[in-house]
Amino acid sequence: MNATLRRIGLAILLIALCAVPYLVSAYGLSIMTEILIFSVFALSLNILVGYTGLVSLGHAAYFGVGAYTASLMAIHFSNNLFLTLICALIISAIVAFIIGFFCSRVSGFYFLMLTLAFSQMIYGLVYRWGKLTGGDNGLSGVPRPALLGDLLIRTPVQIYYLIFVVFAIVLLVLNILLRSPLGQIFVGIRENEARVRSMGYNTTLYKNLAFVIAGALGGVAGSLYSYFNGFVSPKDVYWTLSGEALIMVLIGGAGTLIGPVLGAAFLVLLETTLSSYTDSWMLIVGATFILFVVFLPKGIVSIGPLLVRILRVPKRRPAPARSAEAQDIKAGIEQNGVGT
Amino acid sequence: MNEVLRVEGLGKKFGGLEILRDVSFTVTQGERRAFIGPNGAGKTTLFNMIAGDLAPTAGKIRFFGEDITRVPNYKRVRKGMVRTFQKNNLLNELTVLDNLLLALQKFAGVENVWYRLRSPKNFSHLYKKADELLDTWGLAHRRDTVVKHLSYGEQRQVEILLGIATEPKVLLLDEPTAGMSASETQHILQLLQNMPRDLTLLIIEHDMDVVFGLADRVTLLHNGGIFLEGDPQTIQSDSRVYEIYFGKEEV
Amino acid sequence: MDIFAIQLVNGLSYGFLLFIITCGLSLTFGIMGVLNLAHGSLYMVGAYLALTVTRDIAPSFWAALVIAPILVAVISLIIEFVLLRPTYRLGHLSQVLMTFGLAYIIHDVVRMIWGASIQSLNMPPELSGSVELFGQVFPVYRLAVVGFGLAVAVVLWLLQEKTRWGAIIRAGLTNKEMVSGLGINIKLVFSVVFAIGGLLAGIGGVAAGPVLGLYPSMEFEVLILALVILVVGGLGSIAGTLLASLLVGILDTFGRVMFPEISLIIIFGIMAVVLIVKPTGLLGKQVH
Repeated sequence: MNATLRRIGLAILLIALCAVPYLVSAYGLSIMTEILIFSVFALSLNILVGYTGLVSLGHAAYFGVGAYTASLMAIHFSNNLFLTLICALIISAIVAFIIGFFCSRVSGFYFLMLTLAFSQMIYGLVYRWGKLTGGDNGLSGVPRPALLGDLLIRTPVQIYYLIFVVFAIVLLVLNILLRSPLGQIFVGIRENEARVRSMGYNTTLYKNLAFVIAGALGGVAGSLYSYFNGFVSPKDVYWTLSGEALIMVLIGGAGTLIGPVLGAAFLVLLETTLSSYTDSWMLIVGATFILFVVFLPKGIVSIGPLLVRILRVPKRRPAPARSAEAQDIKAGIEQNGVGT
Repeated sequence: MNEVLRVEGLGKKFGGLEILRDVSFTVTQGERRAFIGPNGAGKTTLFNMIAGDLAPTAGKIRFFGEDITRVPNYKRVRKGMVRTFQKNNLLNELTVLDNLLLALQKFAGVENVWYRLRSPKNFSHLYKKADELLDTWGLAHRRDTVVKHLSYGEQRQVEILLGIATEPKVLLLDEPTAGMSASETQHILQLLQNMPRDLTLLIIEHDMDVVFGLADRVTLLHNGGIFLEGDPQTIQSDSRVYEIYFGKEEV
Repeated sequence: MDIFAIQLVNGLSYGFLLFIITCGLSLTFGIMGVLNLAHGSLYMVGAYLALTVTRDIAPSFWAALVIAPILVAVISLIIEFVLLRPTYRLGHLSQVLMTFGLAYIIHDVVRMIWGASIQSLNMPPELSGSVELFGQVFPVYRLAVVGFGLAVAVVLWLLQEKTRWGAIIRAGLTNKEMVSGLGINIKLVFSVVFAIGGLLAGIGGVAAGPVLGLYPSMEFEVLILALVILVVGGLGSIAGTLLASLLVGILDTFGRVMFPEISLIIIFGIMAVVLIVKPTGLLGKQVH
């Protein structure tokens, strides 16, 4: 996908998202807000899974840490938007740094299990500090974020735009970062860590870095959630949330920029629309996931090129397979992931 | 002539099995040193230890006078010690260009840039260097091909190319012509012969044409130790060498 | 002191239940390389099938203990045949993800058939009383579970060490290529192994029914503990799995009663420590 097309695509996406409050109902707005929040979450996990090839089942930890940090800050100290957001980001980054320090030393199945273990420990911490976190009852009555002094971001539309702005910033930053020299190091580690090491890179350091960035952004997603929901509970730190994030990344398209966004949209829409028709949305999600794993392993993003190939639409001379999107991400992840 | 590499009493034991025992030698700057010997003699293990991919159980390694025995492998690369692999160890799903750029960006010092796209516009010097290297090695037409679609011989060339791109002072080539046809081998041999003389080459080889076409000195490893060391003619005329190879290669 | 003894028995029986279940998971993971994230689901299915058996077929716990696990084994065979066998070429990671999707599917199927309310399986009347031992009163069923678990452990160990199948499994754990090179039908081995895994999960489900109850999400709770045990005990070692199961069972039981807030942290903390310090587990062997 060439640069201009990509820029146009992103621009269209962002403009369309800007217009959303004028296009959908109140319910639709709430869904869209949720989609953007989980897009940020999935984008953050994608840095680990899709780009560096580290399959983590512990990402809910950062979502929870971010959500609880922002909420507790808002309740006990100050509900200033920048303060809560930055605190959530910093604390999540620190937690990610500590956890990443240990996780970077193991790989494959062990990495998967270790991320899970740490995430569950954080889940346990939420209960341990029940007086602070409200334990099973969760934290309710989280005040809305304030822009400046008393200027509250209160209405659903305002909240949507707040989350949209953060989403847009994250998307645009990742757009550059993941295709920058640094981002390409992540890709290299995914593809063949030994080779990258023999090029002179301290791969452990870069894995740690990927971990911290992913964790920090995961925490940002968590804080966004607290602004939106006004309520945080232990299920926002439970490992099934990590599983759902993984589903979003993989269904959408790991290792691509827009894949996680599509995956988040897909899953949120599925859960919210399906659950109004049937109680069995999990069945449909599970079946869909299996179908994707088997038939569309590269995710939703591969539907376009696939259709093009099937319909044999004449296009310009095949572009060289240069960008990360065109590669078989699975093969790369296999080497670092749950392959035995 | 200064010494770039000094190996002192290097040994490697895996449990009870001793792969290498008391290996010592020096290599001077600009030297082309070939390591030969039957399979299992410990050649690749030796390279692994020199490069830092494997820790020795005994002995020391000095690089330009500095003791690097405890230095991790990626740091040795930065000091100028670069190795290639016996089995192609490339980023198979990426293009030749992407492989090369990853190696080059480190030595251009731009590897940590996160705020600019890696594109010809932003990093023209990188792309120029890449094109130069590809031209020299005759791989320019494969620039945008995904590595897994290259022929084996071409992949082997990329393997060596990545080693060169990392700006080595000492380059360890582990069977660079393994599995190549005669003409491909000749091609590689010529390119290696044209390498600058301030670069030191250590090469594990089974192909004696390459050894004699390139090497200044030859070290013969056998049963985990150095059996013989000398210039190619001396090695060639020593009848014991033939016996060691047991008819594998006519020396 | 009373509490301690009773909780110890509870913890041991919980541990043995976890042991039976985790053995199945460990077997399929060790041999096939696929971490079956639907294993907890199979445990759940076993429990619910036992419920149906006791309600609609024969009000006998023992009948359920025989019939339900066999049914789960059959279901496992179908799963292996339909889902896994055609997709081995996709790689381990893909298959693990598929089992995750499968767990979601089974979750809803179970809910559709049996409903979402909490149910329980009736204990067999022969084991439903209490007995006095060493001046303490213990529930008979829990003691029976401990005994049963021990028996299963011994049987599994004998099978693994003393039979041809066991030899194949032990070999398969360490060198799959060699096993298939010996002309042993690896596809058949995989199917049988997966079925045995399901069988063990089903047995665990039936045995656990009377004491743990049947409720939605029971499968995920058990799955995550099985993962902890897998890591802590290590692969390829029945003794390791047993040790870890008892450890987790006791910690979890005592934890709930005495220090509920940190039991989670302790259990997963141990898992983390093992992964960092000795990833192959307390008694595990390196698996290729």
